[in-house]
Amino acid sequence: MQLKIKSQEDFWAGLMFIGFGLLAVIVARDYPMGGAMRMGPGYFPTYLGVIMIVMGAIISFRSTIVQGEKIRAFGWRGLFFLSLAFATYGFLIDTLDVGFILSIGAVVLLSTLASREFHWVESLWLTAVLILGTTAVFIWGLEMPYPLFWWR
Amino acid sequence: METLAEWFPNLSLGFATAVTPINLLYCFLGVFVGTLIGVLPGIGPLAAIAMLLPITFNLPPVGALIMLAGIYYGAQYGGSTTAILVKLPGESASVVTCIDGYEMAKQGRAGPALAVAALGSFFAGTVGTILIATAGPPIAEMALKFGAPEYFSLMVMGLIASAVLAHGSLLKALAMIVLGLLFGIVGTDVNSGMSRFAFGVSGLTDGISFVVIAMGLFGFAEIVNNLEAGGTKRDLLFQKIKNIWPTKEDFKRSWAPAMRGTAIGAFFGTLPGAGPTIAAFSTYALEKKVAKDPSRFGKGAIEGVAGPESANNAAAQCAFIPTLTLGIPGSGTMALMLGALTIQGIAPGPQVMTQRPELFWGLIASMWIGNGMLVLLNLPLIGLWVKLLTVPYRMLFPAIMCFMAIGVFSVNNQALDIYMTLMFGFLGYIFVKLKCEPAPLILAFVLGPLMEENLRRALLISRGDPTVFITRPISAGFLIATALFLVVMLAPAIRKKRDQMTEDPVGA
Repeated sequence: MQLKIKSQEDFWAGLMFIGFGLLAVIVARDYPMGGAMRMGPGYFPTYLGVIMIVMGAIISFRSTIVQGEKIRAFGWRGLFFLSLAFATYGFLIDTLDVGFILSIGAVVLLSTLASREFHWVESLWLTAVLILGTTAVFIWGLEMPYPLFWWR
Repeated sequence: METLAEWFPNLSLGFATAVTPINLLYCFLGVFVGTLIGVLPGIGPLAAIAMLLPITFNLPPVGALIMLAGIYYGAQYGGSTTAILVKLPGESASVVTCIDGYEMAKQGRAGPALAVAALGSFFAGTVGTILIATAGPPIAEMALKFGAPEYFSLMVMGLIASAVLAHGSLLKALAMIVLGLLFGIVGTDVNSGMSRFAFGVSGLTDGISFVVIAMGLFGFAEIVNNLEAGGTKRDLLFQKIKNIWPTKEDFKRSWAPAMRGTAIGAFFGTLPGAGPTIAAFSTYALEKKVAKDPSRFGKGAIEGVAGPESANNAAAQCAFIPTLTLGIPGSGTMALMLGALTIQGIAPGPQVMTQRPELFWGLIASMWIGNGMLVLLNLPLIGLWVKLLTVPYRMLFPAIMCFMAIGVFSVNNQALDIYMTLMFGFLGYIFVKLKCEPAPLILAFVLGPLMEENLRRALLISRGDPTVFITRPISAGFLIATALFLVVMLAPAIRKKRDQMTEDPVGA
């Protein structure tokens, strides 16, 4: 008998839950289980993991019976630039510690690239306005303890 | 009579707390920001409160809570404004308002629609406030008698309710709950001191921050998804709004739906796991059913605005009942409120009301004042909010990204939180693609550690005997109610109805 996947969404969702469940059970093997009366740190996560594996299996199995939808394509442009913007921000403000202004500038400028309607003049304006606005509100107004620049 | 005598000193203490100039300012700031967030699409109250939570760390507890609550119910108001004027629900609880509200606007009756929405909400807010003041103390008193089994069963009920009422597949929603519970126990186990699922990352020993998970799933993922949908075209129906005041006929048609909406909203609000969105949908369905001429719905029936708008506001207010009296949040947003309390060094639970009466009653009084402010803020200033709508999304989302970045980082000042938000953003986007609703997950995430702790305690008392959950009457009651939810929802006829109701009626 050939299994045909009728609902891609459910099939992958099921697999995802099975994956998380397996991860939970495997990692929790290092924690003492204890018993029902004295639950150890491994007790709750192990059972949750098992329940999730079972649920994931049912969801995946159902996807071969119940008709569902295909997964729509991913919006890679948005995903890429927004991730880049966030990661850069974390790197600049913490690891490099270059100060608030440059970090905010980076997160805004890189974010604007995520839109298909990107226009660089507009982006620069928006970056400038947001740097000024956030500095006024968060640094001067709320007195958040970040240096403005790397020379403090 | 005794309760009445008790009530007034309490409420007057509340008003005395709420009307101090500084608290009035916090209240105003809250409802103002809330309205802003409600009007702007693409950012819901949950992500907004998560974003602004760190700012309230430095405020006094009462002020912080008043402001956060203001944002929360302000967003409900703002959401309805855009729903009526541009058919864009600012957030999910206003989705049904689009149907008839926008039709009314098309017929040049935007003014009355907005007014009825605002007045209905104010009425519902007033009733909600009275309800919290009346029902709060007895519930808290009862809750003081709850033991671990009762708490555990109550949380099970809340979680199952949130899954049952989420849209899409019930099984997937239940699996999301289990996943949320697992995320919740990441970090140091309070009982054994053992670090769990930290994968050797020292920043994870305190657990995953709520702000991180909320911004990832509801902020980041949402923006990626919106960008993909492309520039939304907004048909701005804003001729000059004249005639804000509804006609006599409008009032006659609206009062009954507003009352019914308030009742339904109060019910769903108090029930942990439900909330404003489901309350609005149910009310719309009910109004359509009881109407003499159901065919008017969808063509600008004012009942379709008055009912759901009252319902979502009543639900938003009453959601504070389980949160404040039991210390158990009914939704992700309420969990954030509790988070704010905890950060301020106040342990949430039934004792808050007796130990910090100024906090509890001050918040309640401020909610009523805030609702009044919202009417003033929304009706005369409508032009300002409409102006905001003309800001294109491509300029909005970088601003949201930058606020999110500031908010996430300010919690612990560690880059790890930023990277974690990114990870949850990815995960949230995958959830969107796989049609897995994240709302139950976030509730489970908060309840995870509480549930484990209460399960452990319950089983310890009963010497490992799991029947303790059904032999104690209150606990058994919660579990029976839970079972009923599930059975009712699995019945094919009701299931179909639920799917119709929770499906987006405007296709937004």
